[in-house]
Amino acid sequence: MPDSEALHASHRLEYPYSRSVGPVIGAFLTGLRDGRLLGVKGSNGSVIVPPTEYDPTTGDDTGDMVDVGPGGVVESWAWVSHPLPKHPLTTPFAWALVRLDGADTALLHAVDSGGPDELATGDRVTVRFRPAAERIGAMADIEAFVPEGGAA
Amino acid sequence: MSAAASAAGRTNRPVSVASFAQAHNVRRDDEHNEVEMLMPVVAEVFGAIGITKDDVDFICSGSSDYLIGGPFSFVTALDAVGVWPPKPESHVEMDGAWALYEAWVLLQEGEIDAALVYCFGRSSPGNLNEILALQLDPYYVAPLWPDPVSLAALQARALIDAGKATEEDFAAIASRSRRDALSNPNAQVANDTPAQTLLEDEYVVSPLRRHALPPITDGVAAIVLAAGDKARRWSKSPAWITGFDHRIETHSLGARDLTSSSSTAMAAQRAGLSDGPVDIAEIHAPFAHQEIILVEALGLDDTVAINPSGGALAANPIMSAGLIRIGEAASRISSGQARRAVAHATSGPCLQQNLVCVLEGE
Amino acid sequence: MADPTTTEDLGPVTTLATPIRLDFEFTPGVAQSRFLRGLEQGKFMGQRCPTCGKVYVPSRGSCPTDGVPTTEDVALANVGTVTTYCVVNVPFAGQSIEIPYICAQVLLDGANISFMGLIQEIPADQIRMGMRVEAVWVEPDQLTPSLESVRYFRPNGEPDADYETYKEYL
Repeated sequence: MPDSEALHASHRLEYPYSRSVGPVIGAFLTGLRDGRLLGVKGSNGSVIVPPTEYDPTTGDDTGDMVDVGPGGVVESWAWVSHPLPKHPLTTPFAWALVRLDGADTALLHAVDSGGPDELATGDRVTVRFRPAAERIGAMADIEAFVPEGGAA
Repeated sequence: MSAAASAAGRTNRPVSVASFAQAHNVRRDDEHNEVEMLMPVVAEVFGAIGITKDDVDFICSGSSDYLIGGPFSFVTALDAVGVWPPKPESHVEMDGAWALYEAWVLLQEGEIDAALVYCFGRSSPGNLNEILALQLDPYYVAPLWPDPVSLAALQARALIDAGKATEEDFAAIASRSRRDALSNPNAQVANDTPAQTLLEDEYVVSPLRRHALPPITDGVAAIVLAAGDKARRWSKSPAWITGFDHRIETHSLGARDLTSSSSTAMAAQRAGLSDGPVDIAEIHAPFAHQEIILVEALGLDDTVAINPSGGALAANPIMSAGLIRIGEAASRISSGQARRAVAHATSGPCLQQNLVCVLEGE
Repeated sequence: MADPTTTEDLGPVTTLATPIRLDFEFTPGVAQSRFLRGLEQGKFMGQRCPTCGKVYVPSRGSCPTDGVPTTEDVALANVGTVTTYCVVNVPFAGQSIEIPYICAQVLLDGANISFMGLIQEIPADQIRMGMRVEAVWVEPDQLTPSLESVRYFRPNGEPDADYETYKEYL
């Protein structure tokens, strides 16, 4: 910047955080590592996915964990033609809010559907886990959701 | 809801927006540090009403250190005011509109008569798409690094699917906002482009085309709040805050109805917005479709001028764009262009948290 | 966290690694850039407040007590006074200096604020408040707009400063 009086420098900040996950999030992440999807019973019997220690609408404690999925319905989606460096997929994909079978709330993740014309709200999708040996108990254990029936 | 509870956000002690100043909003100010950006704006907000830092009893600021990657930048920013001898001072990791709320609460308690509120944010030094992902749930959402445009696009799609809006509506809002911004000397993006032309834009993240996104902005702003004698002395036509409230919704995106804003509606109700008509609304809708959601939540009809300043589509200085809405609304009351106005600020993904401020002239 | 590559018996997941890496293009602003460019010339540059007359080094562009721009550039001396100090005996990751070493606040002649510097060429147990020190710079062709241009401060042999001359800067 030749006309600039101020100096400039690039600067990298790194936070090597490690978080305790607690019993509810821990159970969900353990489930992911085992190739299962879990929700939690909310205070009015609804099933919250991803599960929280409290009901997001009432603030009450949540109850038992239940199996949900592996299929679900796309509640909304957004097509990413040019994935950003930290996005879950390197090829064009959709972000989607997926309401898994048995759940009353939606989970945010990527849908690998091939193209924007292959996806619509209300479509059924199913989970695609990473291979068991690569799973560590994190959201990335889900590689993506894919159209049910394997259109992609 | 009881009458007492519903009036909780309404003013007991009259407090006015005595002065407002903002920097010219730009895409990138890489000449100045935060102190250097703030100093002229703080000088202007005091100078416009002929006061100094010694005339305010409290200082509150809004900013986020993540934006420049500089820990405790809000502490060094105080050098722009020169807080000696020390004054009561506070900071929120929020838009300045929430700093203003804190100062307003303190003024309600009656211990102080005047406060300086300022905010600063530079979007240019870092990668906003990554930085804003850090405000999301750290277990389930942030590790996927969804960017704010993608999350807003999910909301826009839900709005379209619900039959509440079309892409043409988004373009019309963008076109109107940037045309109105032609009369705003501090606007960053101002032009007269028909909505039909805007619809030729590429999608950034479908269904949001480029025009439906806010610009990336570096900016700062400041307001002086005053009560009692000071409010009268410092302004010939004070803009009084008659109601002020803010509410938050769950951060679980999949547990919210993204097509409506219950927190905005509740804040508006508690701030007494519907007690009378408003002439203008300054709404902090960073993405075009969010204006539709907010207009509905605020219960505004088509007699209300929406965002005469151009709004956040004309300039979206992070941490300041909400406070600027309040300043713009107050300016129009003080100048006589409006008698009653509502200003709104938002924070978080997809309008998670919302603040409503009702202002009136005399 | 349980690591599937090193253990057969995977217990429940109890922690989640959430590393964050962010890249920035930082500017220190106009005033601090002048200070840094001064270092590149082998000198300390400060700025004077037009209201109270105090000289800040480095200046962030404003007087922190008056809140006004500091516009007058002031070249400061290469010598100063140790106002206070500590002796570091604790090793830590990334340490590049042999312990024990002295970390001191140095009030440069002509400045109204001290800044932190390393003191060398003196045994750690001989440092004292009021000691007069001078900056030792890197070789001229190694100078950069960075505090790394100052290798350290060392005693310059002058008699100690009178406590009265620096007591306001502790």
